[in-house]
Amino acid sequence: MKSRKPELLATAPSFLWLALFVFVPVAIIFAIAFRPALPAGGIGEGWSLEAIRSLKDPIYPSLLLRTVTISFVTTALCLALALPVAWHLAKLPPKWRSRILILIIIPFWTNFVIRVFSWQQILHAEGAIANGLRSIGLLGDSDRLLGNSAAVIIVSVYTYLPFAILPIFAAAEKFDFALLDAARDLGAKPFRAFRSVFLPGIRQGLVTAILIVFIPMLGSYVIPDMVGGTDSQMLGNKIAQRNFNDRNLPQAAALSCALTLLVLAPMLLRRKEKAG
Amino acid sequence: MPGHLRFENVTRRFGSFTAVDRVSLEIEKGEVFSLLGPSGCGKTTLLRMAAGFDVPDEGRIFLDGVDITRLPPDQRPVNTVFQSYALFPHLTIRENIAFGPKLSKRSPAEIRSEVERMLELVDLTAHADKKPTQLSGGQKQRVAIARALVNKPKVLLLDEPLAALDLKLRQRLLVELDAIHDEVGITFIYVTHDQGEAMSISDRIAVMNKGVVEQTGKPAEIYEAPRTSFVAAFIGDTNFLDGKITSRIDGRFSKCAIEGIGEITIDNDKPTNPGDLVHLSLRPEKIIVSRGKPELRENENSVPGVIEDIIYFGSHTRLWVRCGGWRLCAETQHRTYQLDDTPLKWGDTIHLRWHANDGYLLEQYREEDESLLTLPDEE
Repeated sequence: MKSRKPELLATAPSFLWLALFVFVPVAIIFAIAFRPALPAGGIGEGWSLEAIRSLKDPIYPSLLLRTVTISFVTTALCLALALPVAWHLAKLPPKWRSRILILIIIPFWTNFVIRVFSWQQILHAEGAIANGLRSIGLLGDSDRLLGNSAAVIIVSVYTYLPFAILPIFAAAEKFDFALLDAARDLGAKPFRAFRSVFLPGIRQGLVTAILIVFIPMLGSYVIPDMVGGTDSQMLGNKIAQRNFNDRNLPQAAALSCALTLLVLAPMLLRRKEKAG
Repeated sequence: MPGHLRFENVTRRFGSFTAVDRVSLEIEKGEVFSLLGPSGCGKTTLLRMAAGFDVPDEGRIFLDGVDITRLPPDQRPVNTVFQSYALFPHLTIRENIAFGPKLSKRSPAEIRSEVERMLELVDLTAHADKKPTQLSGGQKQRVAIARALVNKPKVLLLDEPLAALDLKLRQRLLVELDAIHDEVGITFIYVTHDQGEAMSISDRIAVMNKGVVEQTGKPAEIYEAPRTSFVAAFIGDTNFLDGKITSRIDGRFSKCAIEGIGEITIDNDKPTNPGDLVHLSLRPEKIIVSRGKPELRENENSVPGVIEDIIYFGSHTRLWVRCGGWRLCAETQHRTYQLDDTPLKWGDTIHLRWHANDGYLLEQYREEDESLLTLPDEE
């Protein structure tokens, strides 16, 4: 049998990185979740299940449901928009392909918070869009574009769309479009060919896109905070509230743990996918 | 009686480039019909229009009298074997073959038995549950053929099906393809740039060049009686001679003066009159090489020359011989190998002899086609 020494040496740096910056912090958060909270804020001595028990709070199930729903709708919209974009991008001549890819990437040069802030202006109650919709009667006088789940979803789709386009495009670029001709030749209608040949052909890209959008969405905090309202808060906002307002670090940690476990579920799914 | 598959004045342009230029063809039921030509001659575009992937700018395509010009590919009783195979990588071999039948309204039991029959036909039953990436090139090709044939098409379109394979495998698959054709009996349209493939598998060949069909005919007709210099030079190898008819011998033969060689006898493959300028194609293997001056029979020609180049091919040797202003290519066979036979070498003077009947008068000659020859004369 071959020695595994070179293999271990080669992976050591990344392993160390993971240990220092992922495993250890997560372990610390898990540990804090089992500590008592001090009334003045801060973490008390000894161990307590109080923070874990606080997860039974009846506000959490609906919060979790809302978090998953907003994440799911955002992911679905991102996929629905990214698929045609990636398809056409893959069919473009290489010169145009790289030009448009740059256009997709350029927004990243602006700070994320500034981009969300600009959405606040776009969707503002006195903004051009709101006024325009109001003038044609699509928006009531007291209706708002900001401060609701729809605003959170719109801005989230805007933010995560490039992350969905890029992996799907990478898979579509390698896809052999002659396979679609073959499917048509064998009697498939255009949509059937798309569904039973193109989608399976870019499966890896789709799975990556779903994970890359859905997982960060579960932990969303900035977008619901800036464009959402009280009825569109997500788990991330609750964690922040427990941490900054209530000064209850163990409860914030317990919520974080629950979120981490939630995020791990699709990751494990992916693992199974790769093995299969 | 119109043909089974008929192209009527089909034209296809891409921008200012005319890929297919007013092509009319009639393909009979059950024949193997090849579209032969160099890359860019329009043969694949023509095939794609038959399959429905492309639509002609002008002209129409009929299948059994029905206009299919604008019918989408999924509604044509026609299937294609793609050059790159285009097998679905996420499906097994069996699922690949079942793809077409599953889209039709056939019962699952019928589909299953049809797929098994096809697997048997192409001898892949043992590999039915593998994925395409696990197969060799030749096996993939056979899957592609089975996947198309299982739909019982009226016409099978084959787009350079053997181009990606090596020579020996290509020859073997060609024989297999021929056997499959004998078994299923449907019309095959075979696109290739390889004249050997086209000659050996086809009932008829259409030779294409620059979007135009230069000649259609049986392999032997194409080879022995090329209409144009392109056909003569693209299929096999040949020598081009041009001269002027000087006198008529009888209804069949004439005398022709060739500059630098003298007067030779030619066969009037087309009507000629004294004074006409003619172009003659003379295949290398028709020329008989001898060291001494040969005795000529009636209507035979003989020209002396000096060997300029020799290439040994194993089964035969090719000689390029300087005869006056011409350089002629001649082929010698090695039926018996005699050690004491002094081999021909550079600079030897030899005599080339051929019968007037072995040359062929071209209807159309273009100087550029000389460049298709194995060793074009630089002069």
